[in-house]
Amino acid sequence: MVLLFFFALLHNCDLLYYICCVSFPLFALLHAAVTTLRAAVLIQRWYRQYVARTETRRRYTWHIFQSIEYSGEQAQIKLYNFLGYLMDNFTPSSNERNLISHIFRENEVCRDAEWERYFCYKNIEVPEIYSGPHLTFPLTVEQTVGLVEAFRNKKQLHSRYVLQLLLETWKQLRMLPNINRISTCQSKEITICGDLHGQLEDLLLIFYKNGMPCLEKPYVFNGDFVDRGKDSIEILIILFSFLLVYPSDVYLNRGNHEDHIVNLRYGFTKEVLTKYKMHGKRILKLLQKIFSWLPLATVIDQKVLVLHGGISDVTDLSILARLDRHNYVSALRPPKKRHKSSAGMSIDSEMDEDILAANKLCQRRISLAYPKAFGERESFQNRSLQDFSDRIKGNAVDELESRMRKQSIYNSGTISSEKNITASVSSDSINSDNPNDEWKQVLDLLWSDPMPQDGCTPNEVRGGGCYWGPDITEDFLNKHNLQLIIRSHECKQDGYEFCHNRKVLTLFSASNYYDVGSNRGAYVKLGPDLVPYLIQYQASSMTRELTVRQSVGRTERSALKVLREQLFAHKSDLVCAFKKFDSENTGLVSVTDWATAVESVMFLGLPWRMLRCQLVTSKIIDGMIDYNEWFSELNIKGSNTDHIDQSLLETLYRHRSTLETIFRIVDTDNSGFITIEDFRQTWKLLSVYLKMEITDEAISDLAVTIDSNQDGSIDIDEFMEAFRLTDKKSRLERGRSMFMGTASDLTKLEGDPNI
Amino acid sequence: MVSDVHKKIKAAFEAFDYETNNTVDVREIGTIIYSLGCFPSQTDLHDFIAEVEEDHTGYIHLDKFLPAMAKILLEHKYPPIPEDILLQAFEVLDKEKKGYLEPEELANYMTQEGELFTQEEMDEMLTALADHEKDLIYYKDILSQLTIDPEL
Repeated sequence: MVLLFFFALLHNCDLLYYICCVSFPLFALLHAAVTTLRAAVLIQRWYRQYVARTETRRRYTWHIFQSIEYSGEQAQIKLYNFLGYLMDNFTPSSNERNLISHIFRENEVCRDAEWERYFCYKNIEVPEIYSGPHLTFPLTVEQTVGLVEAFRNKKQLHSRYVLQLLLETWKQLRMLPNINRISTCQSKEITICGDLHGQLEDLLLIFYKNGMPCLEKPYVFNGDFVDRGKDSIEILIILFSFLLVYPSDVYLNRGNHEDHIVNLRYGFTKEVLTKYKMHGKRILKLLQKIFSWLPLATVIDQKVLVLHGGISDVTDLSILARLDRHNYVSALRPPKKRHKSSAGMSIDSEMDEDILAANKLCQRRISLAYPKAFGERESFQNRSLQDFSDRIKGNAVDELESRMRKQSIYNSGTISSEKNITASVSSDSINSDNPNDEWKQVLDLLWSDPMPQDGCTPNEVRGGGCYWGPDITEDFLNKHNLQLIIRSHECKQDGYEFCHNRKVLTLFSASNYYDVGSNRGAYVKLGPDLVPYLIQYQASSMTRELTVRQSVGRTERSALKVLREQLFAHKSDLVCAFKKFDSENTGLVSVTDWATAVESVMFLGLPWRMLRCQLVTSKIIDGMIDYNEWFSELNIKGSNTDHIDQSLLETLYRHRSTLETIFRIVDTDNSGFITIEDFRQTWKLLSVYLKMEITDEAISDLAVTIDSNQDGSIDIDEFMEAFRLTDKKSRLERGRSMFMGTASDLTKLEGDPNI
Repeated sequence: MVSDVHKKIKAAFEAFDYETNNTVDVREIGTIIYSLGCFPSQTDLHDFIAEVEEDHTGYIHLDKFLPAMAKILLEHKYPPIPEDILLQAFEVLDKEKKGYLEPEELANYMTQEGELFTQEEMDEMLTALADHEKDLIYYKDILSQLTIDPEL
């Protein structure tokens, strides 16, 4: 009876208590009830544990993708800085410099008339058999809606119309201010969308759920329209068309991916060249210009600021409002300088370039403030830039370390990098304002991320912009009399996330970004009350049918696969690290040591112990891992690459994105082919960058493997594929979509009451 | 052995320490404990929290968490529920011995007996466990699919 009484108390059930106090004959009934109770408790306990474990897996899966994504961005910026360094420090006539100088060459043809001629679409004939949409200008609403429909049906717009559209868009964008100011008057609700990243399905889904832009339905698109997804150009065409048709109701903010340097790595350049074989190069060049003319931010009702990345402690809307935004073709470059001295002389000339280079050298030296602090991977570019840094702050190392400690594991990701972008004094200013201050304003706006702690620190994970804290938000909002910042730039599981006391809203509109089921997308509606109303969605109908468990499982498998590839690519460094814990050369390390060693090489800040059972499938004996056996598990082999040195293969694999980016830079006419000679030069470049010895013989072996028809030129794509450097299923580095949701799935959804 | 346990606990704790100041939100404690392979009941959790929470600040510091959690792990205090016991539990609820449970049946038990589920938890459970076509919970199949190896 005591036991029953105890259960009754525990259960807090009146009936039980009553029975308890009442009577003995009911004992049998009671017994059954108690057993039921116990059964229920067991099941509840078991299930709650299961849910918590699933949640933990989801979080670290997310973290894997994010770390790798951000370290990719960081690698890109490092590469870019390295190339800049080459530009500054190699003699003008050197081969290496010539190979890459064109990406630094000023993109300006001075007069607008020349640009209009360059847009020349009139000579392009549209063939009879073309079945895509035809455009006539000025564009009408019907044509724009027709474009959306055509893209839904997988049509491609002819390059003639693309060029014409770009010309009109450029003319329109030039008239816009840096900061658009709009209002919700007349009870209009404004719809704001975040990153789309070439995922047409998501844009179509938003239009389906919310309606297309029109007079009663204004939209703000908050940057990152391109890269990664496979339909970036189609998204641009749709957005630009709506901009032309509803100029007072469609607003576009620039994102950090509206930048040709970034596009080289993340897939947009390749997409355009593939879809538009003849005129792709021209389209890309024009887009460079158009991107630089995209406005930087939008303010709604003077109270809500919408911009892509974020702010820093020095962000000032008045500076942003008056700078010449088109000077920043790429936010990763210092601002262009116009030399007006030699009349009619275009900046393209070699002589001016040298002057420029000399100035840049001066700039670069001054701007280097923080040397790389952590020694594990001493790569050339860091060490040499460090050599040049004569303004190193005394406690830079300590400062970096303390900043690292402040950033949480889930935020920081990588540790190493040098900070190259600081507001610094330039030796020649054009405007009265310091151009480097302006540059920092633009960079911060496009690249920054919020953090939970107070303060403002450089965003070393991405390599550009800042991490800013709630105190900065508070000061900024007060200073400009605003109440909310809406930004994008970071993928969020639910498509959106509030932070800084609900004063900052992150909005991300590309669902399934990392993989099918990884995240939802969201858009926000703001009425005159300026209270954000959020709508979430997920593009593929298949994801809705997956249970939580299944979609976490899928995404997790993907993440782990990507992670395994990364680990494989760092095999040599890992072996070195393991050996430090294995002085007697037994080939075994403890689980703890394994985790420590892996983190010391990978710098991804991941919970390795938790991941261990997924990453190491070979048996663990007495808590020790056989690391050689582990590597053979991870091994990735190319098809006919046996004659190629293993360590070279590993290098290739690890730096494949960088390698491809360099190839594309070297491929000046964007043909997809480079000559054998340039191929050799590329390797020289890469070997300098990585401080690795790559013999001429090794390079010839590589070339031979690819140039099978011996015609002296190498197909970049073929090369990358031959060495299994492109995994068709891995979308992370290559910008190819892997999920199955297609436009035709969307038509199936029309009868779906769940939307 | 003990230091290994400490490292495990620290790793799990750090995953939720968003401000990198060795504290976690008290609401995450359950998840952390579960992720270490333990199966406490709600009451167990409440008791644990009461023991380690910093004076109702809503935060728990690693200094208090570590020893308390180590004790739990070393004593195997909240062991996993063996699959056969779980099966028996489901069979107890399946009074008609059908081999499956109907959603309403399960929902009644979960939301009215024991450590009650919220409606949200219940909806999620049904989505996760119910067979899509027949809308029934075939508990035998589920158990083998879902029992996760608690070894970290």
